[in-house]
Amino acid sequence: MIKRDLVIVGGGPAGLCAAKVALDAGMSVTLVERFNRLGGQLIKQTHKFFGSESQYAKTRGYDIAEILIKELDGYGDLEVLLEATCVGLYPDKVLTIYQDNHYFKYQGKSVIIATGASEKVLAFENNDLPGIYGAGAVQTLMNIYGIKPGSEVVMVGSGNIGLIVSYQLIQAGIKVKCLVEAASKIGGYLVHASKLKRLGVDILMNTTIKRAIGKEKLEKIVTVKLDENWQEIKNTETEIKTDALCISVGLSPLHQLMSMAGAKMLDVSELGGLVPKKTCDYETTIEHVYACGDVTGIEEASSAMVEGRIAGLMAAKHLGFKHPKAFELEETLNNQLCVLRQGPCGEKIRCGLKKAGEIND
Amino acid sequence: MIEKTAVPDKNQIKSRFPSKKVLIRPKAIIECYTEIPCNPCETSCPFDAITIGEDINKIPTIDFDKCTGCGICVYSCPGLAIMNVMIKNGKAYFKIAYELLPLPKVDEKWLAINRHGDEIATCKIEQVMPPKKTNNKTALITVSVEQPYLYDFVTIRRAHE
Amino acid sequence: MRIKEHPILNFDHTVKIQFSYNGKAMVGYKGDTIAAALFDNGVRHFSDSVVHKRPRGLYCAIGNCGSCYMNVNGEENVKTCLTLLEEGMKVSSAISEVNDD
Repeated sequence: MIKRDLVIVGGGPAGLCAAKVALDAGMSVTLVERFNRLGGQLIKQTHKFFGSESQYAKTRGYDIAEILIKELDGYGDLEVLLEATCVGLYPDKVLTIYQDNHYFKYQGKSVIIATGASEKVLAFENNDLPGIYGAGAVQTLMNIYGIKPGSEVVMVGSGNIGLIVSYQLIQAGIKVKCLVEAASKIGGYLVHASKLKRLGVDILMNTTIKRAIGKEKLEKIVTVKLDENWQEIKNTETEIKTDALCISVGLSPLHQLMSMAGAKMLDVSELGGLVPKKTCDYETTIEHVYACGDVTGIEEASSAMVEGRIAGLMAAKHLGFKHPKAFELEETLNNQLCVLRQGPCGEKIRCGLKKAGEIND
Repeated sequence: MIEKTAVPDKNQIKSRFPSKKVLIRPKAIIECYTEIPCNPCETSCPFDAITIGEDINKIPTIDFDKCTGCGICVYSCPGLAIMNVMIKNGKAYFKIAYELLPLPKVDEKWLAINRHGDEIATCKIEQVMPPKKTNNKTALITVSVEQPYLYDFVTIRRAHE
Repeated sequence: MRIKEHPILNFDHTVKIQFSYNGKAMVGYKGDTIAAALFDNGVRHFSDSVVHKRPRGLYCAIGNCGSCYMNVNGEENVKTCLTLLEEGMKVSSAISEVNDD
């Protein structure tokens, strides 16, 4: 069994930021990543980020990934495991890592879970036909492998992911036939929606997918209008020909490792589903096991970076490792999170955190 | 309405413009209509013309006396919600951020597009700053259209072949 | 189909990798995962659902959904969306209809 001060599961924005702070505090760190490179979903984000300078605002996502990865250069006590999947986490902070057909046992004096989230599916007839993708899959195909996911695409969901991926499809030279949204308001940032609108994309409000049609793969979809009570309106079914349908209806935290270890879990819809109960130090109900990023509640990557830094700092602090700027950093980071969440866009996450008992007002 | 259509109404648009007299020099028009946590326009402006403040969710305000129309905020805005506007000899000149291919070429005629995505006129490509590392891979395109389209124009589209 | 030009990104599609899928020769590029290369070769039907044998395609492409499991060089249940394509790989799916496209 390999023993480390800290094992971090997930090499996305939260995990990378946690690693940097923990290394600065002098911990030995193992970073476990399932994919063949670090960066998580940042590596396929071609848009400029929002937020403020401390979260690399106006830098494109894949460039942020590069910055965060470079920050880890030169630390002797960092071990990065790529193409390594953490398949088990136990209450004594033992982790089972599967890599290259072998299982390895690690034990961390502390563990940070930064596994992120997975895309939700939408229930409709034939929703499993090939040709129906999570919006993130389409983004992966286009922006990592340079592959066109289809000749024409219909997008479902007007949250930031749906809006951004639609714009990126157009950048890749793919026609976006329309974007459908079941609610009566656009879910994501209006500046993203305005970009689509001026490019001629129809945004169909109060509309959802009734069924998909196709034998071996998607050929057509049928949309239907919804009334203010989310009930289907009769005689509003419309058939649309398309070979790709992108589903962007939200994300669910990848909670499985923490559930497995027996951490207390809470079901909070505003946070995306099952999330670990945690203290303001990002510690779960298992001592020295922390969670940060989307796995603790769905938010933007900017917040995931800040949360990762706080979790790294706290993991170090609780084991007596001294980060050279621990005191200022703790205050600055908490303040950054407050600012990111204090506007109207932060209402949902504030409400979720309140339900989880993590903030008061 | 904008939260259903993603299109601001005429009054909202006009509220972001200075008087036409001020537009004899290029000025940044900031079309950020709802609060989002974002402030690169403020931090990138070399002339401190744009203010958001400590709460980065606030909507930016601009001091047109300080704005020189340098264009840095135009390519810095993650929402592509800023353009430079100037009026000269009955024409409106727009400098817009453009992230699509192909890039237009100087002197070409392209379609002028409004905020609904509709074609409203033709416009002339005056200047093309190609995407570079220094402008964050965002091309800046300067176009001229007839002045009556001042509050309508928002982007360009390649003319039909 | 590959994206030829992109306003923000540059793709390097110069180094070819030969592999086979259900016995058919295919070509991908260095840096592709197996799933990406299959998709580019027109494969849309990646697996069948366990009980009803309904066709399943790529859904998440990042290792979460499990609809892209295939047999790779004799090893079952490989997540093709996470596994890098290598020269000479033999990939096969257990789908009922093999003549996909």
